[in-house]
Amino acid sequence: MNGVHDMGGAQNFGPVAPEPDEPRFHAPWERRAFALTLAVGSARRWNLDQARSARESLPPAQYLASSYYRIWLDGLCALMLERGMVTREELADGRMHEPPARPFGVLAADKVTAVLARGGSTARAVAGEARFHVGDAVRTREINPPTHTRLPRYCRGKRGTVVMLHGAHVFPDANARGTGEDPQWLYTVRFEGAELWGADTSATAVHVDCWEPYLERA
Amino acid sequence: MNEKAPNAGHRHEHDDAADHDHGDGGSELSEMDLRVRALESLLVEKGYVDPQALDILIETYETKVGPHNGARVVAKAWTDPEFKRWLLTDASAAIASLGYTGRQGEHMVALENTPQVHNMVVCTLCSCYPWPVLGLPPVWYKSAPYRSRAVIDPRGVMAEFGVRLPDSVEVRVWDSTAEIRYLVLPERPAQTEGWSEAQLATLVTRDSMIGTGLPATPSDIVQRAS
Repeated sequence: MNGVHDMGGAQNFGPVAPEPDEPRFHAPWERRAFALTLAVGSARRWNLDQARSARESLPPAQYLASSYYRIWLDGLCALMLERGMVTREELADGRMHEPPARPFGVLAADKVTAVLARGGSTARAVAGEARFHVGDAVRTREINPPTHTRLPRYCRGKRGTVVMLHGAHVFPDANARGTGEDPQWLYTVRFEGAELWGADTSATAVHVDCWEPYLERA
Repeated sequence: MNEKAPNAGHRHEHDDAADHDHGDGGSELSEMDLRVRALESLLVEKGYVDPQALDILIETYETKVGPHNGARVVAKAWTDPEFKRWLLTDASAAIASLGYTGRQGEHMVALENTPQVHNMVVCTLCSCYPWPVLGLPPVWYKSAPYRSRAVIDPRGVMAEFGVRLPDSVEVRVWDSTAEIRYLVLPERPAQTEGWSEAQLATLVTRDSMIGTGLPATPSDIVQRAS
């Protein structure tokens, strides 16, 4: 989706504001919003790409005006509403009016450490061989799907060179639609700064991780 | 409040929150604190979350996981050539050997800075960041100014962190669009011959492992102490 979350190359957002000795969280609610997002997400009612898609689908003005934990919180509420886990009335008054969705895999306190340590590898075994190899010249496809994708707008239709092959990984464009993981070969592609931006850049090169369906031979 | 309530913007929220952190904790809670409390109590009532699990999640990322993990990885690479080679060829395994694994660090790649090459990491699309080695990302990393400019004007961004590199240095930006997580291996500062791994780790800043900063130098440490 060509949304406001796809920010690479946008201008006029002002200077970066590093904060000396920044605390991990800036308000009590950020701690709880962070933990709620992880805990509810661990029940796998949605996948990682659907969670990202929900955040990107927030109204553009709201997304731009929100702190990042606010985006997580609003994304979480949208996902729970969409799946019938909560109702708008329940979110408004904080009380249960409808029975909970069952079964629900609650993250138990004694499982947290193991769940975090295990993580969630996106590497998958696939048959066949990767189409491209390190050193190959490639071009990103000019795609504009209205659904979730991880190919940023600034590097569509651009020529680059494959610098790494990471094996096959879950393909976000498919996984976000709920049509299965559809694992695809994943590459890191180097784009010269001038290829992306002409003369108006101080980057020598920008590297983007690209799944095979994003690429064609240059 | 419904989930589409207008937002005052993060600066305002944070300013509010800083006050409330030291307030009486009851009567002065911000709108966001109240909203999230209500949400948590709803989700507990519906049996979706175990509040103790939330406490452990917060404690883990507030007190245990942070850039001190990455600093240990970097300091070891600075002192142990075999480990450095391993880190640069199979970062996931090398980093796991020090006990740093799991969520948002499943697939690690280390990027070596040299006198000729400087690497800088961003996630233009969201907030991807290597949690096991750096902890949770700072606000600026997730903000529009950084996400928008890192890929087009990395030197301009670095200047805002006080870093100016010679024109001859190749600036390589890495946009974390997949589940690969990048850790910058900064150059070992001069005049640290004979330093122990633990001493060297004190020089490794979070920003030097993102690429927006450089490691501290021995003279920085002396200044900090005085």
